[in-house]
Amino acid sequence: MTRQITIPRIGAAGAWRDAARDLLGAGVPPSQVTWGDSETPRGLFDTDAPIPQARALTVPRSFIPLADSVVWHADPERFARLYGFLWRLREAPHLMGDRGDADLARLRRMEKNVHRCQHKMKAFVRFREIGARDATRRSFAAWFEPTHHTVEPTAQFFRRRFADMDWRIVTPDISAIFENGELRFVEDQPNPDLPEDASEALWVTYFRNIFNPARLKVQAMQSEMPKKYWKNMPEAAAIPELIAEAPARARAMAASAPTLPPARVGRVQAQLQDLASAWDGPSEALPAAIHDCTRCPLHRSATQAVPGEGPRDAELMIVGEQPGDQEDLQGRPFVGPAGQLFDRVAKEAGLDRARAFVTNAVKHFKFVPRGKRRLHQRPNRSEITHCRWWLDAELRQVAPRLVVGMGATAAEALTGSGADILKRRGRIETRADGVKVLLTAHPSYLLRIPEPQTRLREEAAFRADLARAVAWLSAEQTGLSPPGV
Amino acid sequence: MAKQTLEQKLAILSDAAKYDASCASSGSTRRDSRDGKGLGSNEGSGICHAYAPDGRCISLLKILMTNFCIYDCSYCINRVSSNVARARFSVDEVVRLTIEFYRRNYIEGLFLSSGVIRSPDATMLDMVRIARRLRHDENFRGYIHLKTIPDAAPELIEEAGLLADRLSINVELPTDAAVKRYAPEKKPDQIRRAMADVRLRKETAKDRSYTGKRPPRFAPAGQSTQMIIGADGSNDAAVLGQSTRLYSSYRLKRVYYSAFSPIPDSSAKLPLIRPPLQREHRLYQADWLLRFYGFDLDEITGATQDGNLDLQIDPKLAWALKHRGLFPLDVNRASREMLLRVPGFGVKTVKRILTTRRHRALRYEDITRMGASMKKARAFVTAGGWSPRALTDSADLRARFAPPPEQLSLL
Repeated sequence: MTRQITIPRIGAAGAWRDAARDLLGAGVPPSQVTWGDSETPRGLFDTDAPIPQARALTVPRSFIPLADSVVWHADPERFARLYGFLWRLREAPHLMGDRGDADLARLRRMEKNVHRCQHKMKAFVRFREIGARDATRRSFAAWFEPTHHTVEPTAQFFRRRFADMDWRIVTPDISAIFENGELRFVEDQPNPDLPEDASEALWVTYFRNIFNPARLKVQAMQSEMPKKYWKNMPEAAAIPELIAEAPARARAMAASAPTLPPARVGRVQAQLQDLASAWDGPSEALPAAIHDCTRCPLHRSATQAVPGEGPRDAELMIVGEQPGDQEDLQGRPFVGPAGQLFDRVAKEAGLDRARAFVTNAVKHFKFVPRGKRRLHQRPNRSEITHCRWWLDAELRQVAPRLVVGMGATAAEALTGSGADILKRRGRIETRADGVKVLLTAHPSYLLRIPEPQTRLREEAAFRADLARAVAWLSAEQTGLSPPGV
Repeated sequence: MAKQTLEQKLAILSDAAKYDASCASSGSTRRDSRDGKGLGSNEGSGICHAYAPDGRCISLLKILMTNFCIYDCSYCINRVSSNVARARFSVDEVVRLTIEFYRRNYIEGLFLSSGVIRSPDATMLDMVRIARRLRHDENFRGYIHLKTIPDAAPELIEEAGLLADRLSINVELPTDAAVKRYAPEKKPDQIRRAMADVRLRKETAKDRSYTGKRPPRFAPAGQSTQMIIGADGSNDAAVLGQSTRLYSSYRLKRVYYSAFSPIPDSSAKLPLIRPPLQREHRLYQADWLLRFYGFDLDEITGATQDGNLDLQIDPKLAWALKHRGLFPLDVNRASREMLLRVPGFGVKTVKRILTTRRHRALRYEDITRMGASMKKARAFVTAGGWSPRALTDSADLRARFAPPPEQLSLL
């Protein structure tokens, strides 16, 4: 006489465990049990006789998760195999650690199959929206064909992930339905006719474009995404075409000649140069770095580069054009005739030069030799751009509240344009990065004016500009509205 | 120009993103949305939701925010001098795509990268904005991987690390000289400083305050990087040397090797070659040996000629063939360290051998059931009922593993 044990399709893990516990406790050997699910035909001599009361027993801890997975395998012998091995474990619990044992190896393989099937289900279920998109609780459905009976153990994964929406996974085996936070399982649902879903087209577009035709590896794809899953995956329909076109696309890429860069490049590169003007060494190394500069050809003829001078926390920064003859020799800014004129007018305007950071837009002296003299030459745009690197570094280091730019060169370096200085003078301009700039004339311009009258007038205007800078700084300090803005 | 549809943008910006190798979604904090207040979960191990015919897994929605870029890196399809079609997603579009794809179980999350537009800070700010929307407004609990822009402001990196699971910065090429040559606007030292910064922030986020409170975790799935293989002349020893340095200096989770692949509208500066896929594969094998099998860099590169790995046989086999004096090993007595060096044995096989041999002596058939590749391993081990005898020292041992010689085409 053999005992017939029927395990239901829903809740198989618990049912098998209960039955196995009772049978083992009652000492029923595997040969006297027929295991089956609801579809197994009944044997001629099978009985449903109740199992006698069992005593408590123990099994190795690691057997439980193994059994909990293997019960979902499609093999009709799964329950019997598990019970057979459990029977052997009674006498030899150490068998659980013996990976060489043939029975255990088989169960482990079945466990692995179930895990893989669960994993593929997590990966390849594709939902389509069946409710309204703007509903408070959206609802989705999927049709899936698992290899093993994995819907029940895997449903918890979808519950953890998609708890804020309703979903159902319908399969030829059992189906999982999650509605309003409740999960239930039902048997034998028909394949639902799911409505079209607009996001599916986007997904296929993504799939087609993320594929790199230059590295075709069909085998690698199929071993991970076997063809049996393809029919329920919208993107899989594109695969044959992608494979067929790939060699031609790769060849075309190789054959096409390099093209000319688009017109945009020049603009972008100029923009990039702006970004690149970021010297990022330690602050005390800046003067030395400026001394070593070879960014433009000016360094070849000048004596030395002249870095800015003054307190590192100055509120005001004065930017001139470039070092002159004296500055080039002494290595300090604003010490020649124009510097002396600046000092005098600044004092009259109430500007303390010792408290300002004084520097030049271009750090090397540009000149043409004339006999025993060196004639000053205005730096060109390229030189100004190259030297902006240093000016920006100084600006970042000192972070002044106001910058006074003197002359067209300083204006160009500071604001990007040196045009219309006499129109723009005396006003405070704000750069894109927030730096405030006040433009004025360069003192050497005053030195070159031959008529004393005009010169005096211009000097007064220059003094007024400097006074405005001083007033703006102190007004902002006290919170009054700054004048002349 | 007509306004691009979402589908057109998606086509352009996913095409532009395919050269990033990473698609991992594993190793982050475990979380779920059982409370019904959010969307998504992360369970530790990643899930590959699809595979493209290039054999690569599709786990994340891997897109560029924009493929406009002001940099001119020769190997990159998005460099400023390339004529590819350009597009730009709005913050809203990326958020919507991610959520809708996620709800349909297409993806594990988002891998967002971007060309550099306007300035590094502006670009990074937009990326952070997308992550912020996903996390705070949509309560998205899936995976987010952000590719950071090396010279972006520290506050942005800080926020990115708190929102995302993983941050990455590409070192691009194996040597500084190659980076200078092919990616003139990128600075290797700055990239390294950025990686150092991520490591330091991650470590600071581990310290509890004096009340014992833990600060929010910074990039819980760590940081990774990518190196392009075969665009410059570096040999495998240089590549592996670089990655060993990176792993040790910045605690990277992964260094990805990406075989240089011809791109549409490629630069004249670079060779138009078939991507060296086999080389890429061997580098990954060597990378694993270095990290999980106790091999030293010198041991792997020592078994090579001219510093390049043998393309025909795997690096562990190459090492074993050079050190035949150590073999055959008795699987019943050999140490774990030595068993890990047997070609054909993986970390799991070795673990199984060690647990089983506590109970009994192993026979050859037992090992076949433990996941070992005996075709390779049998020449290097002895077990109950098996001895390779002269096989270990036979002169044609290498030929047994190397692919058969191929007749070259006459034309």
